[in-house]
Amino acid sequence: MTKRFSPSQLVLLVIAVILAAVWIAPIAWGLATSLKPEDETTVIPLQWFGSELTFDAYALVLGTGGIVKWAINSVVTAVIVTFLTVLFSAMAAYGFARTQFRGQRALLGLILAGIMVPPHVLIAPLFAQMVALGLVDTWWAIILPQVAAPLIVFILYKFFQDVPPELEQAAFVDGAGRWRVFFTIVLPLSRPVLAAVSIFTFITTWNNFLWPFLVSTDPNTMTLPVGLANVVQGTFGLRYAQIMASVMLAGLPLLVVFVLFQRQIIRGVAHTGLAGQ
Amino acid sequence: MTTTVAAPTTGSAPLAEAKVRRSWTQHGLLFVAPFLLVYLAFLVWPTLLGLRMSLSSVNIAGSNDRLVGFANYAEAFGDPRMWRSLWNTVVFTALSTVPLVLLGLLFALLVHNLRFMQWLWRLSFFGPFLLPSAVVSILWLRMIYPPDFGLLNGTLGTDILWLGDPGLAMWSMVLTTVWWTVGFNFLLYLAALQSIPQHLYEAAAIDGASAWDKLRAITLPMLSRTTALIVILQLLASLKVFDQIYLMTGGGPEDATRPIIEYAYDMGFTSYRIGYASAVSYILFVLIVVVSLVQLRLFRKREEASS
Repeated sequence: MTKRFSPSQLVLLVIAVILAAVWIAPIAWGLATSLKPEDETTVIPLQWFGSELTFDAYALVLGTGGIVKWAINSVVTAVIVTFLTVLFSAMAAYGFARTQFRGQRALLGLILAGIMVPPHVLIAPLFAQMVALGLVDTWWAIILPQVAAPLIVFILYKFFQDVPPELEQAAFVDGAGRWRVFFTIVLPLSRPVLAAVSIFTFITTWNNFLWPFLVSTDPNTMTLPVGLANVVQGTFGLRYAQIMASVMLAGLPLLVVFVLFQRQIIRGVAHTGLAGQ
Repeated sequence: MTTTVAAPTTGSAPLAEAKVRRSWTQHGLLFVAPFLLVYLAFLVWPTLLGLRMSLSSVNIAGSNDRLVGFANYAEAFGDPRMWRSLWNTVVFTALSTVPLVLLGLLFALLVHNLRFMQWLWRLSFFGPFLLPSAVVSILWLRMIYPPDFGLLNGTLGTDILWLGDPGLAMWSMVLTTVWWTVGFNFLLYLAALQSIPQHLYEAAAIDGASAWDKLRAITLPMLSRTTALIVILQLLASLKVFDQIYLMTGGGPEDATRPIIEYAYDMGFTSYRIGYASAVSYILFVLIVVVSLVQLRLFRKREEASS
């Protein structure tokens, strides 16, 4: 279609290189700072490279322990939220798409209306609820409210509605029950859409700040973003190399995962993001 | 699913048919139950509880819980700091939405038309979106915006107070947010561009259309639906702004950047007035529901028009 080295391609390429360089610069600058000796991090005029390349800041940050604990909390809570959200939402979506029961339409309406409710405006009552349940400073306080994601039910509901029912009917005739059909036929068939919503849910949970910030006061239960925010407020003071090393340790893993699974992640984000269409 | 299986209900024994129908309708509520329980407990109930709280004088310890009618709302509407923070949120939304949509489109058009190193462009423009807000905020607060050794002033040779100047701080919040989240809109546009049928461009090429003609007559009209969606999603996202502002400026200087969610947070968790905080939150809630309803109307109309 397009000639490989046409002049217009070259122009576009130059523009793209400039824009990409600008867009990468902040992360590159943080990375460069994290690799400098501490006393060279704030020199003027700016120098991208220090007198030596050192991983001292990383060693110090990892040695103090906090960041490892927070990373574990982040991984565990994000994995549990993703698993529960996708399992519960898929079951509910399938129930609405394929079965009939009393009050079905009203319940579906109630769930779809919830898409309009932003969790950000519910922080006060949700917090009061967590206090009442005695869940503050536990993983469950971070996890449970994030599982109530009606958008995922809506996306999967639309998906199941478009799946032809013949395959399932054949299985029923062969004597399979509703649950076996769901777990052995429907779920495996839905793998692409399940992967898409899983990736989307994982990224949003991994990056969520406000809610975990409110319900974690104990450094032992904090997620990575919340633990980092506490670092900003204080303990590392003006040790820029260490601050940037923490930031890179918290930010780079997901970027590496993105490079490895780019296609799946892009599909996951775009598919879920465009669900309103 | 290309496999076709003969529909079992046609011509099979009545017994099998009954079996199919029974399986068909059984267990519905059981499938819905787990999600429904979580949903009722952690979304529906807090929504009602928040409404109840907004009509009460309850504090964070749960004491002094008396119903006060609409007193909190009346107080909020007469509270200049509430208006200031609501205004900040609206200004942030207006300022951020335009560049976030336009740059997202520009990046997508650029990358879509490039044949080389797709992964690199995607990583560059979408990568920041994958960073947690705390990472973005600390990075910009500590290494990009400092007036003396920050990357911006150091590179531009200026000495601008990016966060310290009340007239500029909101623009800095917008700049960081555009850098951080434009990748999401970029991806949505990229997906939409890839779904435009190629034959439209081929037909235009036969008619001798220039690249500019194709963009104006095919690409942009085909993207109008996506654009409407992206604008609405962006409005909804920007109205909820909190993290980066709270972490970079704490709402300052002189309340110049404090968004309404931060004001609700301050009232509830610093001044311990949970009832008043709920009322402030629900003012934003109403605004968000209005935007969502506009979205529903818009897309329902479009669906009717297209069918």
